Amino acid sequence: MKLVPQILRAVSGALLAACIVLTATRAQSQDKKNATKLTVAAAADLSSALKEVGDRYETKTGVKLKLSFGASGALTQQIQNGAPFDLFFSADMDYPRQLATAGDADGSTLYQYAVGKLVLWVPSDSVLDVERHGMNILLDPAVKKIAIANPQHAPYGRAAVAALKHAGMYDRIADRLVLGENISQAAQFVESGNAQAGFVALAHAIAPAMRGKGRYWEVPADFYPPLAQGVIVLSHSQHQKEAAEFLAYIKTAEVSEVLQKYGFTLPKK
Amino acid sequence: MAIDWQAFWLTLQLAITVSAILLIMGLPIAYWIAFSPWRWKFLIEAVVALPIVLPPTVLGFYVLVALGPRSPFGRWWIAFTGHTLAFTFSGLVIGSILYSLPFAVQPFAASFASVDRKLIAASATLGASPLRTFFRVIAPLSVPGLITGAALSFAHTMGEFGVVLMVGGNIPGVTRTVSIDIFDRVQASDYAVANATALLLVVLSFAVLSVVYGLNRKAWVTGAWNIGPAK
Repeated sequence: MKLVPQILRAVSGALLAACIVLTATRAQSQDKKNATKLTVAAAADLSSALKEVGDRYETKTGVKLKLSFGASGALTQQIQNGAPFDLFFSADMDYPRQLATAGDADGSTLYQYAVGKLVLWVPSDSVLDVERHGMNILLDPAVKKIAIANPQHAPYGRAAVAALKHAGMYDRIADRLVLGENISQAAQFVESGNAQAGFVALAHAIAPAMRGKGRYWEVPADFYPPLAQGVIVLSHSQHQKEAAEFLAYIKTAEVSEVLQKYGFTLPKK
Repeated sequence: MAIDWQAFWLTLQLAITVSAILLIMGLPIAYWIAFSPWRWKFLIEAVVALPIVLPPTVLGFYVLVALGPRSPFGRWWIAFTGHTLAFTFSGLVIGSILYSLPFAVQPFAASFASVDRKLIAASATLGASPLRTFFRVIAPLSVPGLITGAALSFAHTMGEFGVVLMVGGNIPGVTRTVSIDIFDRVQASDYAVANATALLLVVLSFAVLSVVYGLNRKAWVTGAWNIGPAK
């Protein structure tokens, strides 16, 4: 019979504790608010590289980066609809240009920071010898599903389709393609074993989290239009000065080295 | 580009299949929840309600992993059929059943539990087996709850997004449902067709649900079912 008051006491105790924790964390985040934060939208292939760049930049300057990853087309669409980003790292040059034309970004800040590379990736326990046979493994009957990023809004998806067409294989394997929302989801389809092979960014294949989980073959650069990747400062940003400073940092040799480490090549100057 | 009718047809097929399976599968689960004397059954009730709490993308990710060759079930299925369940219509059905389970089972169980126990006892006294009692007493008195559960799981599956996004792979005619199609169009800034498709989805779902709830109301008002509602 004493159960009900006991339960009430327990519940109110828990609520009180929750309130205290919430207030404490709120106060903490208030403190941090004084430090500048840059909100960055970035193509999914940058998920490892940009984290390291952000950490280094924070240690140097105290400016913290908040990173949002997605397909470049999806992010562009969000920016056009007022998403509060300061900078946009695209996986191509077209989306930033499109934003500049529409007045959502400052065209004079557009900078090509890297060139992405497309690889064909299989899980490490796969019987397919992707390193030796390259794209021909896709004709193997063991390959039931091939993951690519959605070519409608992901530059890497378009590159994969272009490479397949270049090799004259697109029509033969089109019915086995599955589309990831972005290049990371395409990689995840393969990693989970549901697709037997997939076209991902080299940056994914050699990222620390993926190393040892798969083998890959670099798609020759002449199979697809170069994945020139551009960054641009957005017009709605409240932190134009900080964004410009970060952009200057992106142009340094230090960042170039990080990007190279993660599988990007640098644009020819 | 025009409206993707294939996606509509596919979504409709998915929603009908899922609500039909849940109507069959949900009955014994709901019966057990309503009538089992087991003291720990609230734990099972909590498990059934979990899909409401889990973000659909998380549920979808678990389904993707569970269907793939890294899980015992996935391996068994692949050995059995030769292909993985992910990226297939059947895979979507499995994901959607999990996703919509509480929306069928909870109304079912609530209406079973509200049936007057005296009627159930009377039926048993008259020599009816529990199965016969279920079909002749409990189920007819629970028709509104059954219709609500089926309609909710139908509606929930029509609008499903996260699970399909995670396990579907966006294959036209196989796993590209209306919600995925709308998402793609919005991402590609094709707002006109996205709007038209969304409007059509709303109108279609409204029509189906009105018919279902209309029938439900008639059942109540005219007492078309053999036994009237319990007082």
